[in-house]
Amino acid sequence: MSEADTLLYLDGVTVSFDGFRALNALSLVLEKGEMRAVIGPNGAGKTTMMDVITGKTRPDTGRVVFGTDLDLTKLDEPAIAQLGIGRKFQKPTVFEPHSVWDNLLLAIAGDRRPSFSLWARETKAERKRIDEILGTIRLGDHRDRRAADLSHGQKQWLEIGMLLAQNPSLLLVDEPVAGMTDAETEQTAELLREINETRSVVVVEHDMAFVRALGVKVTVLHEGSVLSEGSIDHVSEDPRVIEVYLGR
Amino acid sequence: MLDRTTSITLVLVLGIAMVLAALNQMAPVGSPFHVPTYVIALAGKYLSFAMLALAVDLVWGFAGILSLGHAAFFALGGYAMGMYLMRQIGTRGVYGNPELPDFMVFLGWKELPWFWHGFEWFGFAMLMVVLVPGMLALVFGWLAFRSRVTGVYLSIITQALTYALLLAFFRNDMGFGGNNGLTDFKDILGFSVQADSTRSALMVISALLLAAQLLLARFVVTSRFGKVLIAVRDTEARTRFLGYRPESYKLVVWVLSAVMAGIGGALYVPQVGIINPSEFSPANSIEAVIWVAVGGRGTLSGAIIGAVLVNFGKTWFTGALPELWLYALGAMFILVTLFLPKGVMGLFSALKRKPKRESAEAKEALP
Amino acid sequence: MSRFRIVLFLILTLLAAPTRAQPANEALASLATTNFNALRQGIETLALSGHPRAMEIIVALQSGKLYFRADKTLFIKGDGDALTEAATGAPAPDVPASAVRQVRLNNAVRGAIDAALGSLRLFSANPSERLTAAEAVFRSRDPAALPALDRALAKEADSTVKTRMEQARAAALLFAPDTSEADRLEAVSVLRLRGDIEARSTLAALSGQPPAVAEAAAVTITAIDRVLQMWSILQSVYYGLSLGSVLLLAAAGLAITFGVMGVINMAHGEMVMIGAYTTFCVQGAIKAWIPGFYWANLLVAIPMAFLVAGMIGIAIERSLIRWLYGRPLETLLATWGLSLMIQQAVRSIFGANNRDVDTPGWMSGATQLGGITLTWNRMYIILFAIIVLAGLMAALRYTSLGLRMRAVTQNRRMAAAMGIRTPWIDALTFGLGSGVAGMAGVALSQIDNVSPNLGQGYIIDSFMVVVFGGVGNLWGTVVGALTLGIFNKFLEPVAGAVLGKIVVLVLLILFIQRRPRGMFPLKGRAVEA
Repeated sequence: MSEADTLLYLDGVTVSFDGFRALNALSLVLEKGEMRAVIGPNGAGKTTMMDVITGKTRPDTGRVVFGTDLDLTKLDEPAIAQLGIGRKFQKPTVFEPHSVWDNLLLAIAGDRRPSFSLWARETKAERKRIDEILGTIRLGDHRDRRAADLSHGQKQWLEIGMLLAQNPSLLLVDEPVAGMTDAETEQTAELLREINETRSVVVVEHDMAFVRALGVKVTVLHEGSVLSEGSIDHVSEDPRVIEVYLGR
Repeated sequence: MLDRTTSITLVLVLGIAMVLAALNQMAPVGSPFHVPTYVIALAGKYLSFAMLALAVDLVWGFAGILSLGHAAFFALGGYAMGMYLMRQIGTRGVYGNPELPDFMVFLGWKELPWFWHGFEWFGFAMLMVVLVPGMLALVFGWLAFRSRVTGVYLSIITQALTYALLLAFFRNDMGFGGNNGLTDFKDILGFSVQADSTRSALMVISALLLAAQLLLARFVVTSRFGKVLIAVRDTEARTRFLGYRPESYKLVVWVLSAVMAGIGGALYVPQVGIINPSEFSPANSIEAVIWVAVGGRGTLSGAIIGAVLVNFGKTWFTGALPELWLYALGAMFILVTLFLPKGVMGLFSALKRKPKRESAEAKEALP
Repeated sequence: MSRFRIVLFLILTLLAAPTRAQPANEALASLATTNFNALRQGIETLALSGHPRAMEIIVALQSGKLYFRADKTLFIKGDGDALTEAATGAPAPDVPASAVRQVRLNNAVRGAIDAALGSLRLFSANPSERLTAAEAVFRSRDPAALPALDRALAKEADSTVKTRMEQARAAALLFAPDTSEADRLEAVSVLRLRGDIEARSTLAALSGQPPAVAEAAAVTITAIDRVLQMWSILQSVYYGLSLGSVLLLAAAGLAITFGVMGVINMAHGEMVMIGAYTTFCVQGAIKAWIPGFYWANLLVAIPMAFLVAGMIGIAIERSLIRWLYGRPLETLLATWGLSLMIQQAVRSIFGANNRDVDTPGWMSGATQLGGITLTWNRMYIILFAIIVLAGLMAALRYTSLGLRMRAVTQNRRMAAAMGIRTPWIDALTFGLGSGVAGMAGVALSQIDNVSPNLGQGYIIDSFMVVVFGGVGNLWGTVVGALTLGIFNKFLEPVAGAVLGKIVVLVLLILFIQRRPRGMFPLKGRAVEA
């Protein structure tokens, strides 16, 4: 693996809250175009890892390198988002008072400054792009509905759609199928694979069946560092993983 | 282009103002159509308050910033106007000093303080009406939003801000007339502030400026900027992860709102004839919030309607049943928050929707 | 030198008791004169003579009531122009008013009278009068008082008075022209021991001293300055602690309702006000029914205020606040409305004017501790704040109610699942916070005006204290209140009271922007969520 292929590199990242180490010298490498599933028991540091990558939490030590030489620990959330890292929250988080269309419009890549948005008008290119995304996330018929009125699964997709509109090179997805029906879960896996054709994706998930359905490299976190890494079959046979998941 | 509610509000504000002014000026005193001057002054006061309400609604309704210190911007605008009016008194003051306002002569001051210079020019004073509240808002907002002070904390420090200003303006050394404030105004741009015609003109100008502010606010909240603002209000984290900087959005609307409040204050002072430190009292700011709540938070027209309604109620109560006014005001706070979260505007739209649903049900009931 | 000899002579004569009458009578006679110089001499002699009526005669002279006859007999003119013989005090009804002449005074004589009276009081039977006299001599630093001082010192038994006299003597010695260098150095060290602002100004007024003495004086002044500065700092700390404990009392209840429950209660100040009015009512009731127990009125008022404010608090929670959980800004507005109504209600019942709340005798007055003055009412308030806080912490930590409260605020759903009736816990927690506010009102009734607006003055400060200390942290509230109190009191002498307060507010606003979660924020995942 050459350096040019690396998209994201976490180097010895440590985060502690009041003495509790949420991340303990965590190191992780993600390649361009890769989809990675991150699993781990509660408190393993999955969400904290996302927080560090997106700039919400500053690590005590360690670096987070994006691309060749950008240290993300020096940047805040909007700056990191504008670099092309999108994040989906565990709980679907969309702009409820706005229509599906407006949600996507606000997410579409472009100038984010007030001086621009005060005078901005919808362009043809924007409309075309939103239509495309509406197709991808299967919400074409709901474009004028208020996001608040969507079902749970539809909100999850809308949020993924918003991330797509952001046109990121890396997508961080936190438990995308929690609370979804089996059919929705299946569709979501398909959607993520589709997205992965053009972008790198990190999925944090509890649902082992879903992870298996994704069929990608898996990283197991435990107590803030990597316990095991490899295919789903490899890690599920790793005795340390079994110990962590099944208890001693 | 404009929605119905905004159009109706604009027509009402401008129409009523024009009619009142016309009846005051044209109808002879004693005729049943004559509108007495105190009504004009009251209307002017309500319109100035409506600007403050609009300003509060813009930040509270659309950016989720509950300011408990907005009256400070209103009062600063008012003081800037008051300083101009003081300089216009000239030798007509009690002490007849052409340079110094009466209170400075009374305090034994020999020279005009530096910050009073320039206020003899109307243009400069108007610039300050905009700049002083705007700059204060800019500095305060920059500090607050950058460090992500939100919600109740923000409300409490806005209250502390206006409280600090209240204490400061009470001091004689500040050079703003201390306890008594600025008063005894004579004329504005050469017209006597007491004259009926000036009062009518000021009232109509207030209505025009209020209408302009409403249109401006409308433009802001319906633009893409406004959509981002609402997104920030409800889901700040999401906007940040989409690459927006909520602090810049809040700052822009915060400063705009402060300037709007300042203009309201500037129009309030010549029509009421006095500005004193009590305008800074935290209670005033909170009262402005209830105007918005009564009218309907997040509905710009509602803020205007609420300000006029509540202040009309206040005028009536303090005349007829003065000891009951605070009960009424207090009850209004409680009832509106408990039972009318969308205010009068919410009530209107609920009434409008109801008949439709009934007719739909009626249709279904048909065989 | 000749003066010293005279003094020595006088002392010797005075000590020789049997011969006493002689100079006294001569001195009396010498007052019957129109020669001012002779009169001055006479006054000094009389003062030192030990004549039993010397004081009365000199006082009469001072007020222009001393008269003399051609035979140099002195008379004092009393009320209604009745004359009495000065030397004996016997009435002299036969002496016609035309036969006597008034003893006239000039400024020099008046000065001599003052000095004479001063030294005469050194022999008063009343120790506190002797103390005052010694202090007067100390201030005047008049070497002429030395003989009297020496004599008074010799027979002084009271140690406090004696110390004062020694200090007065030291001051007089330093200003006497012919004191030896050793005595002067000794005197400087006496003043150093005294070490207050008076001693400092005495030393600072010295001039023309021998170099060694001048140097010792300069060193002493520096030393005294340092001590005085320390005391003034301590005094400021005391004032600050006192203000801080008032803030703490006002904010402690808020630390529960806002800090623990997250309810923004703008009517919190009104709970304090209700506590103050409860005190007023309790005092009225005790005065009317059991006046014998009036001394204990505050002890009754404290639990009463807790109960009254606590009950009102519970009523507010049940009727209003419980509908608004999770909507802090709406809670803020509704409780503000409530505060307006409570204020107006109190105004309707008790009137808009201030009500007089008595301060019990055991709470008034002050005591001196070294160089600082401790007023009793402030002391008791500090003590009360400590007790209230300790009680509150103990209640939260050790009682089952406290355990339930903490459980509910930490994880409401889990607490409910474990069978805790969360609505009641909410109501009781709110009642506790309000009750503490009521108790604060008892304390505030002792130092502030009891009016319907009482609470308004504290609400912003209280919120500032809680936010500054860190929400949800009672210790943070303590540190916040004391820090703000002390900071305020140190700023006041520099910036003035109002400007000081403004500065504090502005600094607080800046501080909150630096650290939005206060000095002692709660950390960890719970906050992040």
